[in-house]
Amino acid sequence: MKVTILQFPGTNCEYDTQHAFEQLGATTEIIWHKAESLPSDTDLLVVAGGFSYGDYLRSGAIARFSPVMKAVTEYANKGGKVLGICNGFQVLTEAGLLPGALKRNDGLHFISKHHTLKVENSDNIFLEKLNSGDVVNIPIAHHDGNYFIDEAGLADLEANNQILLRYTDEKGNIQNPNGSVSSIAGICNKSKNVFGLMPHPERAMESILGSDDGVKMLEGFLAS
Amino acid sequence: MTAIVNVSLKTGVLDSQGKAVHHALDSLSFQGVSDVRVGKQIVLKLDETDRDKAMAEVTKMCEEILANTVIEDYKIELI
Repeated sequence: MKVTILQFPGTNCEYDTQHAFEQLGATTEIIWHKAESLPSDTDLLVVAGGFSYGDYLRSGAIARFSPVMKAVTEYANKGGKVLGICNGFQVLTEAGLLPGALKRNDGLHFISKHHTLKVENSDNIFLEKLNSGDVVNIPIAHHDGNYFIDEAGLADLEANNQILLRYTDEKGNIQNPNGSVSSIAGICNKSKNVFGLMPHPERAMESILGSDDGVKMLEGFLAS
Repeated sequence: MTAIVNVSLKTGVLDSQGKAVHHALDSLSFQGVSDVRVGKQIVLKLDETDRDKAMAEVTKMCEEILANTVIEDYKIELI
């Protein structure tokens, strides 16, 4: 299992992501955004979190034009598995690989805390180790995590089981920290090979550090 | 030629910053403001001298990068 992790100027979660996947037994490689192709043995491409290009203009707006994104789009369109975490999710929506957009949090504050999430659909490689209805505890750390999609788009997401996770309380009741439409924390594309979420599973790998629920999430990729 | 591009959230997309500013205006007793929208302004100095060509080019820029048309509208003014 080879995990390739993208690094833009301003990315800051690439080493956490690398550590998390190596802990699970994967081999990893971090590649700079100027690369024009992906390592040919890539099994999973991760767009890691951070603040690519200082979030100038809009989060992810400039990163999507980095040379490597052409290769990422081709990889995704051929069915390659892509995971965008936090800023990576923003980059993937800007690039049109995932529907919708991420806006400034409704409360206008940067939110950094553990949050519980309910698994909405586990019929995909990312969440296959979990069951729909499970509640996981994963850190969030974002200023622009307010997911927006219009009503028609939301209906599509619902109909195709593309909603992966919703922000909830510990019992699985909706609790929305940032104003996201339908309390959405993560989605996938129609063909279920491109995944994006605002919470950070790579920061929930050790119970001594607050939660190890991220293990079950990231393990899904290794099993497939 | 200079192009002034104003980008703001679409009508119907909640503008949290606009809402906060509206609330602040209320607190300062400024009456009669029914809505506030906060956007951003991007000023471009262009080599192009033909207005139609400049408008076409800047529109393309807006569609491709300056605005995210999923959530934002843009207005272009050429001076």
